Amino acid sequence: MTKNPLYAITALFDSPDAILHAAEEVAKAGYTKFDVNTPYPIHGMDSAMRLKRSRMGFFALGFGLLGTISAVSLMTWVTLVEYPLVIGGKPFWSWPAFVPIAFELTVLLASVLSVAAMIVIYFKFPNTGHPLHDTPYMKRVSSDMFGIHIQATDPRFDEKKIRESFSRLGAKHIEAVHYDLDSAEERPKIFDLKFIGVLFVTTLVAVSVTYVSYNKILYMVPFNWMSDQAKLKAQKPSDLFKDGIGMRTPVAGTVARGFLPYPYKGRPDDAAKYLSNPLLPSKEVFARGKAKFLTFCSPCHGNFGRGDSRLQGQFPSPPTLHSDKVRKWPDGSIYHVITEGQNIMPSYAGQLSSDDRWAVIRYIRVLQRAQNAREADLR
Amino acid sequence: MSTAAVDYTREAPLVEGRPRASEIDAAVSAPIDQSPPRGWWIAFSVTVSMLTFGAFCVGITLYEGLGVWGVNQPVSWGFDIVNFVFWVGIGHAGTLISAILFLMRQRWRTGIARFAEAMTIFAVMCAGIFPILHTGRPWLSLYLTPYPNQHGLWINFTSPLIWDVFAVSTYFTVSLVFWYMGLIPDLATLRDRTTSKVKKVIYSTFSLGWRHSNRHWQHYERAYLILAGFATPLVLSVHTIVSFDFAVSVIPGWHTTIFPPYFVAGAVFSGFAIVQNVLVVIRSIFNLKHIITLDHLEKMNKVMILTGSMVGYAYGMEFFIAWYGGSPFEQFVFLNRALGPYAWAYWTMISCNVILPQLFWFKKIRRSVPAMFIIGIFVNIGMWFERFVIVVTSLHRDFLPSSWGMYVPTMYDVGILIGSFGLFFTLILLFIRALPVVSISEIKAVVEGAQPHHD
Repeated sequence: MTKNPLYAITALFDSPDAILHAAEEVAKAGYTKFDVNTPYPIHGMDSAMRLKRSRMGFFALGFGLLGTISAVSLMTWVTLVEYPLVIGGKPFWSWPAFVPIAFELTVLLASVLSVAAMIVIYFKFPNTGHPLHDTPYMKRVSSDMFGIHIQATDPRFDEKKIRESFSRLGAKHIEAVHYDLDSAEERPKIFDLKFIGVLFVTTLVAVSVTYVSYNKILYMVPFNWMSDQAKLKAQKPSDLFKDGIGMRTPVAGTVARGFLPYPYKGRPDDAAKYLSNPLLPSKEVFARGKAKFLTFCSPCHGNFGRGDSRLQGQFPSPPTLHSDKVRKWPDGSIYHVITEGQNIMPSYAGQLSSDDRWAVIRYIRVLQRAQNAREADLR
Repeated sequence: MSTAAVDYTREAPLVEGRPRASEIDAAVSAPIDQSPPRGWWIAFSVTVSMLTFGAFCVGITLYEGLGVWGVNQPVSWGFDIVNFVFWVGIGHAGTLISAILFLMRQRWRTGIARFAEAMTIFAVMCAGIFPILHTGRPWLSLYLTPYPNQHGLWINFTSPLIWDVFAVSTYFTVSLVFWYMGLIPDLATLRDRTTSKVKKVIYSTFSLGWRHSNRHWQHYERAYLILAGFATPLVLSVHTIVSFDFAVSVIPGWHTTIFPPYFVAGAVFSGFAIVQNVLVVIRSIFNLKHIITLDHLEKMNKVMILTGSMVGYAYGMEFFIAWYGGSPFEQFVFLNRALGPYAWAYWTMISCNVILPQLFWFKKIRRSVPAMFIIGIFVNIGMWFERFVIVVTSLHRDFLPSSWGMYVPTMYDVGILIGSFGLFFTLILLFIRALPVVSISEIKAVVEGAQPHHD
């Protein structure tokens, strides 16, 4: 212990008057690196120790202004530049509404940052390794005694003289405090197995928690953005109905909009006789017919209706649409074939609406005319 | 302690019996050092059960959604907002005692300040639960803060609800800093007292290495004064802004300029009642009667009679302005409050808040512990009903009779309220066991003979 360098000479007093007197005398003797330790602040001690006024007020002023300015500028920028919204018919920059938030931020920064600055700048905390800690001196000034100590680094430091003057001032107990270098060397090593173990476990936990949160928890009720709701959804089961099906089958005889029942089932002659194309030839109708033809008809009939199937023999190719027979058919006959099907061609009523079919017929007529153009068409 | 012995012509001693500093240490740290008495365990099991029930109700609310609550049109603000305003109000007494009375050099506050500050923090925690749950998806609370985001959205800075977010979070943070700062010297004292190795590490960490140095005390005292100076307007602003949630709207019964002062007075009123209630219990269980004296309790009762009369005045003034203002809707709302379907709540509020505290004009009642305890409980009931009356009666019958309705809370509403009381008292019980309930350093400084004589 004795080989450790001296930190300070400490003295304990048992009354506030005595410590005040001692502090006055020590300051008068010209010591500068001394301090008084008392369990509570003693009135008049600051002037007895000849301390300068605390500058905490300037910190609070600075941080408070920072709070005001940042709050007002953020709100100004948001409401004028970034996200201008008319709210309640007020101007974008309606400053009276900014007062509460500006005030709160002023108070927040002024209080929190001032205390933080005091602790870090003035106190130089956290510092639990100070030589005075865990000494009998500290244990007494923490409770019921009043202490003063003069550091060994003071230019006027003279251990014998100081001890004498302390006892003359009425100190109850005088003691030298040394630096504790022995325990200071016991710093934890960075490659300690325990430390690395803790680091590893922490990493593992953090990674697992993140993984589970993002991949599992976010897809669970109630965190799944209300995707699971007590409402009917198409193609999903539902407890609401007896049959457990969410979708309803329509009542018998229901006619869907745009889907009139076909009246000439099995009567191609009547279809040829009574049906006529309701769509007049126009650019839009041709475009619609072309799109539908290319989607639904061309796989078998070919892009130009020549019966050149793309299905490479997997399905029998139909005859060409440019035969005399088809060219001479009225529109109603083609309509009947699309609606009912013919030979191995199935009905396309499910894929093509009535208007789609008529548009496709208009397009077939275009193809027929293009493939069998007359001289007059070339002019 | 007899009534006749009180001499109001001189200041009563702040601490009775002139204890030595080491005796103060022992008395204040006794609840921490000793294993808790049987009563503590009973109380703890009760509060934890309440907390568990509340947590269950919160869980069901999160899983099922807000539909399990009683709120619906037209009363879309129910227990959640009532409880929020109630708890924020409870918190205000702590800051009033620690900051405003500090600035007014009311040195009697030292005995109760620490405890009141802790209650502030716990009450604001309880308050925060309710609006956050009412958002429906509390895990998205980050959306309440202004931060740059991919949606390109910003919060509405002109909304009182956003002001509330800033006010309550600032209030919580500043109260926490104020409280922690006061704790640092006491934690250092505990650090130097304790014989347990684990406690020593904890106290050393949180006391940050405090050395009771006067070079530190100098800045510390200055910072404490500054913080008190900031906390004073802050506490007034918080309940003012809470009242803006109502006053800025155009609902009859809410749209009044009396709301800010009326709310602040009510907050202090209910806060003092609960601080008084809890202190009455604490001082008798943990033998702190010489530090938290009857004089303290009496002074708190005096504050209650003042603030209670202020809210009473506000109740009367609301009626007067409704008549004097001539708005038929406003008049209807107030008649409906006193005579409508929620009249029982209104008259509960009037009798608990205005009539009952008038008993404190009698010195005998003011200094009788059982009497003040009972009145304190009734004041809290009355103040809770005040918020209920304000929130529910204004909403349930507004301009259009076709949209009138009634509000009936469900089990989950009541459960979360019970749970918030469970949280509050659980935290208090843990606080009593973990930290000094009275500021050791401040008490030592106000014992007779603690300061130099300057002769």
